[in-house]
Amino acid sequence: MTGMDSCSSFGDGAPRALVVTAPGINCDGELARAFAEAGARPESILFERLRREPTLVDDFELIGLPGGFSYGDDGGAGRILAQLIRRNLYPALAAAIARGVPMIAPCNGFQIAVQAGLLPGPDAGADWPVEPASPLVALAPNTSGRFRDDWTEVDVPADTRCIWTAGLTDVDASVRLLPSAHGEGRFIADSSTVAMLEQEGRVAVRYAEGTNFNGSTGAIAGICDASGLVLGLMPHPERYTRWSQHPTWTRLDAGIRSGEPLGLLMFRNAVRHAMAPSA
Amino acid sequence: MSTSVASAVAVHRIEVRRRTEAGDPAADALLSDAADLELDLRPTGAARIDVYLLQGDLRAEELDRIGRDLLADPVMQMAELGATAVPPGHALIEVHPLPGVMDPAAASISTALEAILGRDRAASIEVRTGVRWELAGISPEAAHRLATRLLANPVVHAIHGEAYLPDAFPAGHERAFEVRSIEISSLDDEALERLSRDAHLFLSLEEMQAIQRHYRDLGREPREIELESLAQTWSEHCVHKTLKATIEYREPDGGGSGPSLLESASSRPGHELIGPGVVRIDNLLKSTVAAATHRLMAEDLDDWCLSVFVDNAGVVAFDDDHAVCMKVETHNHPSALEPYGGAATGIGGCIRDIMGTGLAAKPIAATDVFCVATDQPGELPEGCLHPRRTLSEVVAGVRDYGNRMGIPTLDGGVWFDDRYVGNPLVYCGCIGVMPRDRVEGDAMPGDRIIALGGRTGRDGIHGATFSSAELTDTHADEFSHAVQIGNPITEKITLDAVLAARDHESGCLFRAITDCGAGGFSSAVGEMGEKLGADVRLDRAPVKYAGLTPVEVWISEAQERMVLAVPPEKVDTLAAICDDHGVEWCDLGEFGTPGRELILHWGETEVGRISMEFLHDGVPMPVREATWDPEWAAAEAGGADPGVESRPPVTGGADLLAMAESLLRHPNLASKAWIIRQYDHEVQGGAVLRPFAGPNDGPGDAAIIRPVPDRPRGLAIGHGLATGLARDPYLMGLAAIDECVRNMVCVGADPTRIAILDNFCWPSCGDPRNLGSLVRASEACLDGGIAYRTPFVSGKDSLNNQFSTEDGRTIRVPPTLLISGMGLVEDESIATSMDAKQDGSRLVVVGSTSDRLGGSHFLRIGGDPGAGRDELPVTDLVRGPRTARAVAEAIRAGIVRSAHDPSEGGLLVAAIEMAFSGGLGIDLDLDAVPTDGAASATATAFAEDPSRYLLEVAESDLQKLSDLLGDLPHAVIGTFGGTDVQVRSDEFEAASSPADGFLDAWNKGCER
Repeated sequence: MTGMDSCSSFGDGAPRALVVTAPGINCDGELARAFAEAGARPESILFERLRREPTLVDDFELIGLPGGFSYGDDGGAGRILAQLIRRNLYPALAAAIARGVPMIAPCNGFQIAVQAGLLPGPDAGADWPVEPASPLVALAPNTSGRFRDDWTEVDVPADTRCIWTAGLTDVDASVRLLPSAHGEGRFIADSSTVAMLEQEGRVAVRYAEGTNFNGSTGAIAGICDASGLVLGLMPHPERYTRWSQHPTWTRLDAGIRSGEPLGLLMFRNAVRHAMAPSA
Repeated sequence: MSTSVASAVAVHRIEVRRRTEAGDPAADALLSDAADLELDLRPTGAARIDVYLLQGDLRAEELDRIGRDLLADPVMQMAELGATAVPPGHALIEVHPLPGVMDPAAASISTALEAILGRDRAASIEVRTGVRWELAGISPEAAHRLATRLLANPVVHAIHGEAYLPDAFPAGHERAFEVRSIEISSLDDEALERLSRDAHLFLSLEEMQAIQRHYRDLGREPREIELESLAQTWSEHCVHKTLKATIEYREPDGGGSGPSLLESASSRPGHELIGPGVVRIDNLLKSTVAAATHRLMAEDLDDWCLSVFVDNAGVVAFDDDHAVCMKVETHNHPSALEPYGGAATGIGGCIRDIMGTGLAAKPIAATDVFCVATDQPGELPEGCLHPRRTLSEVVAGVRDYGNRMGIPTLDGGVWFDDRYVGNPLVYCGCIGVMPRDRVEGDAMPGDRIIALGGRTGRDGIHGATFSSAELTDTHADEFSHAVQIGNPITEKITLDAVLAARDHESGCLFRAITDCGAGGFSSAVGEMGEKLGADVRLDRAPVKYAGLTPVEVWISEAQERMVLAVPPEKVDTLAAICDDHGVEWCDLGEFGTPGRELILHWGETEVGRISMEFLHDGVPMPVREATWDPEWAAAEAGGADPGVESRPPVTGGADLLAMAESLLRHPNLASKAWIIRQYDHEVQGGAVLRPFAGPNDGPGDAAIIRPVPDRPRGLAIGHGLATGLARDPYLMGLAAIDECVRNMVCVGADPTRIAILDNFCWPSCGDPRNLGSLVRASEACLDGGIAYRTPFVSGKDSLNNQFSTEDGRTIRVPPTLLISGMGLVEDESIATSMDAKQDGSRLVVVGSTSDRLGGSHFLRIGGDPGAGRDELPVTDLVRGPRTARAVAEAIRAGIVRSAHDPSEGGLLVAAIEMAFSGGLGIDLDLDAVPTDGAASATATAFAEDPSRYLLEVAESDLQKLSDLLGDLPHAVIGTFGGTDVQVRSDEFEAASSPADGFLDAWNKGCER
């Protein structure tokens, strides 16, 4: 498709990245491109095909659940695709994570992951259950009641165990931003779950002071599972992999722009992890 | 899938209620909206409950699982079976879609039932959705009135005062159809006109007579479906019979206020002076808008303009491998009756135009421009929605469709004028990208007629003819069937399937594609088969419910449908792609008939047969009368906003700054953040410049995207609208083109590679005075297009925008010409935003300012007319384009830190916008501004002359800039820095005020 040509030169060793698409998913293009720009070989596959052949998942070393409005978000954001995944694809996905495959689920992907039993996932050290767990956290409608598109400064907790955001705590504040675009992104969970996520370093990214526009508990923008492999977040790091995507990039000085944007750094983290012998 | 004929099995009801800890923002929003209404309509509390009705054979434990696992999120919600009791002291309102109205949620839920019931059982269950409101502290009667104001639109919703649980869903019934002939051969003129009106054909007497003659020659009466096909194909909406007509244009000596067209007639293509004061114009569109393009192509733009005026959108080259295309549509009349559905299907239809261009383009950006009445329109005529609600719902419609399609909405605007109260204008645009080798396609004889996407229902019947009519206070009842709700997800999967078919490894699977827009299958198949003929099997179209007649299937404007011409051997491959994407498809027959006829079948019965020649070339084109009446136009154009008190003359710098602040508060100028933030600008990852500029989200002049995400070449998207100059549509048209070019040049577009589009929205052109003003606007397109070397590549017109009130008044919209544009940006590193970047850099104005205040916002808010002349600013067709090229050169040279186009509000306001957008102040010397003749400091500050640019430049680059600008008027007029706005002139003492104050005024002016 237009724009997917010649993203980056793939070495033979480049890990394969699965991008799951479905009716209403509409951020699969930029997610695939982000994987490619970080050195992976992305392939978008329709959920319908994965439903028929779940074993396709076994060939991949990275997985992305893109954003969008899967099935129109009818009945609730991500609700329907989450139910279909619980029934048809959960075992294959859980097995992939268990063998060390990093997974990212931005926006609608996050809303799907928390309802499909993929996040927050089993306790540290525990195996993935055979039956998908019932939801512990949710993404409720923004307190404004409105869809909002905005860039916000974000904080990466120094103690996070998320392999996607680890080591990005000290990125310069002027470029430590991520774009969000959603109507249902207010992170909620009972206090014990929130406390557990905080204590175990499973908060992967937070809205910075004064930018928590959707009213999320603890300004939590993204969480990871106990292994740190599975990242779910409302912002879209896949839309921040080149400098001209920064909202005020025409003001950025050359020194800052000599580095790489936060979004791309996150995907590099995951690709590096996927290529590491341990993975 | 089963059709929706009701089965004997019961209807089950599940309610999904929010847990208190999860909050209920929708209910909170209702309470805050209701706060603006009369006392007795304000509930003290509210709860929103989702209602799902399932018809089918379901066991209790299945219903329980559907509620618990599928419909309710355990963290946020709980599901209850049946209708729960209303809490004491609460009024109950339930809102459900009327039978036959699209219910997108229901469709998705049906799919999801597979997860619980498996495919076959799920297919046997039919779902409907609704919303239940529990309202505290309000009487049932008041609750019902509240519902009609804020919760429902009777055009598409049923409002119930109790829990809705029917025994069975209302459903269609199979009907024995008959092939009706309409007797017209014997009708006299009066009877012909009555038939046209009563059958909603909206054909003129001449057209009815032409049809009568045709069928007399054939020696038979027309069949109903033939008459409908002709009405659709000959509708103003489809054939543009006014713009393509021969026109006799009259104008008083000297042309009144603006330039005369009589003097230049001989030099205009297709124009002829046929008598004193009379010019005959042969095919207005061809002789003006299109003539500009063809002349530029004949000169040197032939290789760049790849497809103009012939396809669903205009196509120009982007790079060696890709082409870009753009289309802008209006959806005014549906949006007047049902703003949400009207705007959503407006953008949905425009996106389909892009999908149906060449061999399918990929939509990469959307635009929206709304013209609506202010929040205080005075008394509201019967049959009009309140403009505040109209705007909210139009925005919501564009938001929900564009965001769900995954298309960034990047450029837009809102123009407020109370004459739009009964007839708001909703412009929706879409830009697409395609491979260079997919720009053209043509059906071949033997190709199958394949329809993809949504099912056909009664929705939107007569939309095309309806759009050709004038709105009245009874239209909401008469034409509710012309209004519809879209389903963006159906369109998204259809788009995915179409692109997969276009890019298939074996090559493109289809030879031509177009969308079903106005006229439905009748227009789509009629256009694709114009040169070939087509044999159509109407009974094969998948329908939403039983009982549709062949005529209804043929002219239904049900959304989300595309028609493809597919070689027979490729149908199976296409079908497999559709199945994987969950897209329904059907084979409607074959292109190509021996006699180039359109033959319509229902089963084996022939229900209609028309020659393509008569269908497409048979419409009579009578000569139309056009009169340019400057006095009348001036009276129509009006001056200050209604209810505005005139202000005292500006006597000091402080007054000047106060005036600037008031202008920044004017809804036309003020920040539209509450709208823009509801649109996704980032989806697809291609945005380079967004609607917001700088740390304070200032008003960007135009957007830039990367059509090909992994290449740094950009495409600028902008528009121009100069409705303030409606007093002379010729000057208005030139100013709109100039503004569109300025906006694009400011962000870094190459002015020699800007393609533009015209969208005329005019009051009834049956009135020669309105047609006269339309002619002048069209002539502006000819002169402006050539002068700026900006080819028109596509356009559309809507020529009956007026509202008749029940007491017989006619409210005409101001003649409104939107110029939209796309322009190449060589490399994104050139991109320049309007926010001031650096303390100490200088502000340079390019272009000269006059004291012509006619049509300015300064006068609209009651500014003192004595400050200047009440004349319209005039666009200089030599200097304007030269200035654009010189400024573009400076921007390409990298010496411009920020650039902004002073239009609405004038120069002072624009300079302040640059300052506060970048978090800076500015010190401005009005006496330094180059002027045409003498101009007071006040006129200099607020005149809205075209062809001017404000550039932020480093002191060290001033000389270089001056060299590039040469003899074009320009001057350093200020310095950015500090936190205050300071303005100086010898006319009065200097004054200053914090930039933040202006930012605040600008942010609050249009806030919601």
